[in-house]
Amino acid sequence: MQNSILLSSLVFSPLLAILVLAFIPGQKGGAIKRVGVLGTLLPLVLALVLFGSFDYTTPNPQFVERHNWISIPLGEGQSGEAVSFEINYELGVDGISMPLIVLTALIGTMAAIASWQVKKRLKEFFILFHVLLIGMLGVFASDNLFLFFIFFEMTLVPTYFLIGIWGYGEREHAANKFLLYNGIGSGIMLIAFILLFLVTQTMNMQELSNNLSSIAENVKPEIRFGLFLALFIAFAIKLPVFPFHTWMLKVHVQAPPSIVMIHSGILLKMGAYGLLRMGIGFFPEEAYRFATWLAVLGIINILYGAVLAFVQKDLKMVLAYSSISHMGIVLLGFAAMNTIGFQGAMFQAVSHGFISALLFFIVGVIWDRTNSSMLGDLGGLAKSMPFVSGIFLAGGMASLGLPGMSGFISEFLAFLGLFGNMPVLAAVGALGIVLTAVYLLRAILRITFGPTPERLSHLADAQPMEVIPMVVLLGFIILIGVYPAILGNALQQTLKSIVPIVTGIGG
Amino acid sequence: MEVKDIFSYDWGYLLPEFIILGFATLLSLLDLFAGKRLGRQVIGLLSLLGVVLAGVFVFVNMSVLDEPYRYMLDTIRIDDYGNAFKLLFLAGTAFAILLSLSYLEQGEVAHRGEYYYLMLTGLLGAMVMASSADLITLFVGLELLSLSSYVLVGLRKKSRLSNESAMKYVISGSIATAVTLFGMSYVYGLSGTTNIYEVSGRLQEAGMMGYQFIVYAAFAFLAVGLAFKISAVPNHMWAPDVYQGAPTPVAAFLAVVSKAAGFALAFRLLLIAFFQAPGLTGSFFFAEGALLLGLMAAASMIIGNTMALRQTNVKRMMAYSGIAHAGYLLVPFVPPTTLFFSEVIFYLFGYLLATFGVFAVLMVIAREMKTEELKGFAGLYHRAPWLAIAMTVFLLSLAGIPVSAGFFGKFYIFMGALAQANYWLSAIMIATSVVSYYYYFGIIRQMYMRPGQSEAPLEVPKGIWVFVMLLAAATVFFGLFPGLATEYIQAHLNPAFDFGNMLPGRSF
Repeated sequence: MQNSILLSSLVFSPLLAILVLAFIPGQKGGAIKRVGVLGTLLPLVLALVLFGSFDYTTPNPQFVERHNWISIPLGEGQSGEAVSFEINYELGVDGISMPLIVLTALIGTMAAIASWQVKKRLKEFFILFHVLLIGMLGVFASDNLFLFFIFFEMTLVPTYFLIGIWGYGEREHAANKFLLYNGIGSGIMLIAFILLFLVTQTMNMQELSNNLSSIAENVKPEIRFGLFLALFIAFAIKLPVFPFHTWMLKVHVQAPPSIVMIHSGILLKMGAYGLLRMGIGFFPEEAYRFATWLAVLGIINILYGAVLAFVQKDLKMVLAYSSISHMGIVLLGFAAMNTIGFQGAMFQAVSHGFISALLFFIVGVIWDRTNSSMLGDLGGLAKSMPFVSGIFLAGGMASLGLPGMSGFISEFLAFLGLFGNMPVLAAVGALGIVLTAVYLLRAILRITFGPTPERLSHLADAQPMEVIPMVVLLGFIILIGVYPAILGNALQQTLKSIVPIVTGIGG
Repeated sequence: MEVKDIFSYDWGYLLPEFIILGFATLLSLLDLFAGKRLGRQVIGLLSLLGVVLAGVFVFVNMSVLDEPYRYMLDTIRIDDYGNAFKLLFLAGTAFAILLSLSYLEQGEVAHRGEYYYLMLTGLLGAMVMASSADLITLFVGLELLSLSSYVLVGLRKKSRLSNESAMKYVISGSIATAVTLFGMSYVYGLSGTTNIYEVSGRLQEAGMMGYQFIVYAAFAFLAVGLAFKISAVPNHMWAPDVYQGAPTPVAAFLAVVSKAAGFALAFRLLLIAFFQAPGLTGSFFFAEGALLLGLMAAASMIIGNTMALRQTNVKRMMAYSGIAHAGYLLVPFVPPTTLFFSEVIFYLFGYLLATFGVFAVLMVIAREMKTEELKGFAGLYHRAPWLAIAMTVFLLSLAGIPVSAGFFGKFYIFMGALAQANYWLSAIMIATSVVSYYYYFGIIRQMYMRPGQSEAPLEVPKGIWVFVMLLAAATVFFGLFPGLATEYIQAHLNPAFDFGNMLPGRSF
């Protein structure tokens, strides 16, 4: 298994499309679009191949690759021996990252199809899009903090351009806000990573986690808690957790639809992944003590998001606040500190990835025809666009947790996990589910039903290129809903390996 | 110590300095006697040749000498510390001359011959600053560099800005020199010697005999005076005006070579002379001295990065950014670890690549658009896509975003600071770096997101284009494989014998 090149080829497979795109003249829009979409199929196929041969029975990273990369000679240590820091190029996927890689590749393809409606500077758009894809795949495939950080930052710059050039009216403002908030998050993360490196002398995630528990007494408790808190804040900005969320609203409103799909579907999940993998994975004891706060923050996210979603006039804002609300459920799942809760959180991450990608895709479709996403401007679309409206309703149902769809199973698991430990908080949180139904149905009904205004009565229904993402995304939502084991099996072992440590120490 | 006969030294090791001196002298004579028919381009090419030759002999010295070679009680010493800095100076000067070859075509500078050989004398001053351990020689080197650069800044004689900036530079430079000299006089007064290795022990005695506050005052005067050359707070305010007025290649020379020379001098002097001085509790250098340098670093980072936000002139912005980078470069000394030397050299190397890249692109744009304002960059991507991409690489490197040499440099400095549990300075460094994103991306915004005045392809001189692309490629390459550079520094340029082992005991 050592040094298969499978993961590297997966992560860097979008390079192929970038190279081809670089040689196509800029005015050949059709060819660029075709290459842009076909290029995303390669990572998708590779991701599915990996998923197919993934071994469910072990919690350890698989398809591991390791090469020496950077060596920093430190001179002589205290006892006179030569010391050097080694930073390796290490890739590997475990049960948590595997589903997220499939999610990334899949939403990547769907977002590429959604990019069909991009009108200007196509070549640059698709090149940046594929760079972003490399970054996202790399984040989930890294088994090394340094590499993780580099890929994490690699998502930052292309996203900045994609928002700033192809977004709507206030695109530059949104891009700046995105850059600064995420820059702060990355900065905090970098401090935490370097301190972890200095403490444990390694950047490999597995070794680091082991070293950290074996030298626990060498590290002062306040430093440990500080590190946990730094990691928490770094990823809380990405997720986003309540007071750090304002940048994300701007991005969701101003970015082009395909980038919002990526952003809401994948980039936010990097926050959830980092929280679980690093925040909780490295500092189970601290996380356990912090669990109540996690739950409280989760509930604030759920209720705050839901209440504000209810009063928004713009469909994009409704969905943006809905994302905040749904990410609260991820926090609740983490707060449970048991396998079921963690499963719920990861299910929610994956499921919300599909659902929000679907809903934002539909927003893009509607915008394409009406140039508006204001609830007040729209209405009665079910008559003119029956197919789109139907899928929209189905997506909404999945989002509010209708049984048989992925949203239900994830919310169910998260709350199930939490009720065991914190019944009161779980009960308050469950209130958010009711609110979800209220604001989503309000928005969807307002748009699809009611009288159709004259100017909206001749809109074209979905084109074939638009049908594909809708059907595929909805298909996965239902697949996870009726056959959750497809996701659960992969998660099971790895989550188990994180959880017992928690309860073993804390309980 | 035995005083040797002046002829008993092996003067061959000083060839790099002699070559620069010789070329400067010969070129000035050539300029004087050659008459109008000789293209001054030739002088530029010859001075480039001199710089390259000197570089070759620095490498020869590195491979021949495995311990410091000392002339006349360390008045001049050839050691790894000096060699590493000399390579940076030579590379920086070579780049500046390359830019000048194209810049002087514009005809703003009438005295082209002087331009080149003054750059060589400035370089010679910088080299002396890096390879001496004697206060007098160090000061002579400092003055040689300063005087050369005062003239260089004012060489655009018809430009009001250039005249103003030269005047400001001379006046504020003289004040800073006076402060430095005052600090040196305290050092001499306390120790009775100008050799900084001997000073080290005597300051220790002086400190223990109750003169420690004079020791502190000497340190403070030296630190503040030398802050001028590295353009760090509190002696930073000259930088924006001078950069704006100076010819572009000279501004780049000041931003890189002059700044690096300031670091070479300041660190050797402060670190060796004050290393053993006793503080109120424990070592002065690791406590009070480090605190002063830390405050200067923090103020430089904060003031440099926030003031840069408000600039619309790219040269002024780069000047404030240079102040911030001086702040980052002070961090490894607060207090130093064994890694500090390779941290500083690597960071300066990355900074050299990116800064010359930015100034080269700026020069092309300023010539075409007749403005050095931010809006000159508008729509650059459509007019010269490769130039815009290279510029993006340089800006990302300066901002410290991977994959770039600048990122690893910052990462490296961070590592040292956190290893010293220097949390407050690390936090300031991170926070101000994020602030710096805003103005670096301000240029990127102009290049990609704003329409330019015209869409016509920009005419880029071939030589400059190749130069910029090579710098960008190197920036990315050393971002991907920084280990190549750090291992080289550790293997060939490790001045461990200068400062001893300073790896602190680690506990977290």
